[in-house]
Amino acid sequence: MTQTAPTPLAPSAAPMGRLRRILESDLLYSFTRQKLVMLAAFITAVMILGSILSPWIAPHNPYDLRSLNLLDSNNPPSWIKGGDPKFWLGTDDQGRDIFSTILYGTRASIAISACAVLLALSLGVSLGLVAGYVGGKTDTLIMRIADVQLTFPAILTALMVDGVAKVVLKGSAVGENHFWILVVAIGLSYWVQYARTVRGVTLVEKNKEYVQAARLIGLSKTAIMFKHVLPNVLSPVMVIATINLALAIITEATLSFLGVGLPSTEPSLGTMIQVGNKYLFSGSWWMVAFPGVTLAILVLAVNLLGDWLRDALNPRLR
Amino acid sequence: MLAFAIRRLFEALVVMLAVALLAFVLFRFVGDPVNQIVGQDATLEDRAKLREELGLNDPIPIQFGRFIWKAVHLDFGTSYQVKQPVTKILMERFPATLELAIAAAFFAMAIGIPMGVYTGIHRDSWVSKWFLAISLIGISLPTFLIGILLIYIFAVTLGWLPSFGRGDVVRIGAWSTGLLTASGWKAIIMPAITLGLFQMTLVTRLVRSQMMEVLRTDYIKFARARGLTDRAVNFGHALKNTMIPVITIIGLQLGAIIAFAIITETVFQWPGMGLLFIQSVQNADIPVMSAYLLLVAFLFVMINFIVDLLYVWVDPRIRIVAGEA
Repeated sequence: MTQTAPTPLAPSAAPMGRLRRILESDLLYSFTRQKLVMLAAFITAVMILGSILSPWIAPHNPYDLRSLNLLDSNNPPSWIKGGDPKFWLGTDDQGRDIFSTILYGTRASIAISACAVLLALSLGVSLGLVAGYVGGKTDTLIMRIADVQLTFPAILTALMVDGVAKVVLKGSAVGENHFWILVVAIGLSYWVQYARTVRGVTLVEKNKEYVQAARLIGLSKTAIMFKHVLPNVLSPVMVIATINLALAIITEATLSFLGVGLPSTEPSLGTMIQVGNKYLFSGSWWMVAFPGVTLAILVLAVNLLGDWLRDALNPRLR
Repeated sequence: MLAFAIRRLFEALVVMLAVALLAFVLFRFVGDPVNQIVGQDATLEDRAKLREELGLNDPIPIQFGRFIWKAVHLDFGTSYQVKQPVTKILMERFPATLELAIAAAFFAMAIGIPMGVYTGIHRDSWVSKWFLAISLIGISLPTFLIGILLIYIFAVTLGWLPSFGRGDVVRIGAWSTGLLTASGWKAIIMPAITLGLFQMTLVTRLVRSQMMEVLRTDYIKFARARGLTDRAVNFGHALKNTMIPVITIIGLQLGAIIAFAIITETVFQWPGMGLLFIQSVQNADIPVMSAYLLLVAFLFVMINFIVDLLYVWVDPRIRIVAGEA
């Protein structure tokens, strides 16, 4: 394990020591040895940066309805005959610049997926810790729920949660809360894997001496679970979270593509593909192709990072 | 064996009850059933009467019991959207989804097993590396993108295959099949490939790793020492012994295929249960949603149960453990 308990350092030496630890770590070593992983990290970084900075670097603002002109709709990319140099990758059915919409759409996709992963992670890790540490009936109950949920594919759970949330919220509230409905729907579909992994590691950790010592000095269960056990279960959680991010991005895109995700006024990559799909037969391939390629590259890059992290953090493969 | 079967059956029943409770809660508490059935201008008396008729004033456990009783008799109420019995519309759609799922599973095995065998035997050839790279990309691409790509190539550009629907359908009693007409066969190709692609990569990887493991064993060495041909060793001895996990995985994946059919059916406008389910989610058609949930849960639990039993039956080592437990 790379994440052993941090060695106590003198306060003044801490920054130096930390820097050296990062530079000498196996993780960085294995990172610099693999070109494909570095490329994937670079692409992911560029996409995340581009999406964060989209309000400043996008040539047009797709959310600003006043800036749209229907005369600009269905323009092909600028290098094709009939293309407008103002719109590099062409425009969609409402005259929105595809390139700008991709930047904003990537931002929506990444933001939703990241929040959903955080939700799934905190839910799964907490439940896994409690199940593993407390044991008994609590453990049985939590793991049974997990088993039942695991029988269904995540996309089905997400669709169900999404459908129910829309009925419960009704009308206008849905419009404002699309973002959070998606976060909850996706987050609730992916907590099981965290819970199972964390429970397994917790079962091992709870019999170790440091936990017994913590118990002896009279720390509460919550303190032991979250301050002592938690740091030692984090490295598998990191791996799951990275792979999970790719899954969450796909799930969000799928939900939006199925028409139950973000509306076309505030598109994510999936929504863009859904809209573009309607125009595929009229030959407007660019409406689907560019968001599709962006989505595929993003997912592939995150997947590669996840695979690398799994191999690098897995002591058995060393 | 019998004790094991009974215990698994009991567990399956508990899962089904849990899902039924979920479906009931959906059905009863998400949105008011009365409001959904009557129009805006119904009087309060009408509403009260309907409420009494639907039994919504009875204690909740009794309502739940009635829900299960009806569900066992395949009565899931009336769809809010199309005002027809849910069971009827689901049954109309069921053949389309099942045919698609089976075609996809068949595609996954027909391509996945040979690819897995090849990459397992010729581990370092460049063809194997290409296969694996393609399968990695196949996993990373969302299903709907693959579908759209296929539509663009084979329907829009080349015009070889239809982009939506099932083609001409032949009715045989309650079952409608597209597999008896040429247009039906043409229509099922792209959806089946789209749906089965993920399972195909799964089968390829599984067969590959199993082959690599089996080829190292002593009985394979012995078979080679006896002078059997490569063909006999690879297919007669090695492949045969990799089939148990492959069949298990395909069996378990059949449930996933039916669930993922939602996406494929939307892309290709395939008139199956998945498309119906998506429409019901969009329209908040709760009876259809809860019936679909129960149906899919039932399929999953059944498949799991059968696979568990098959496993015990095939592999005696599990039987001993199960007998002791």
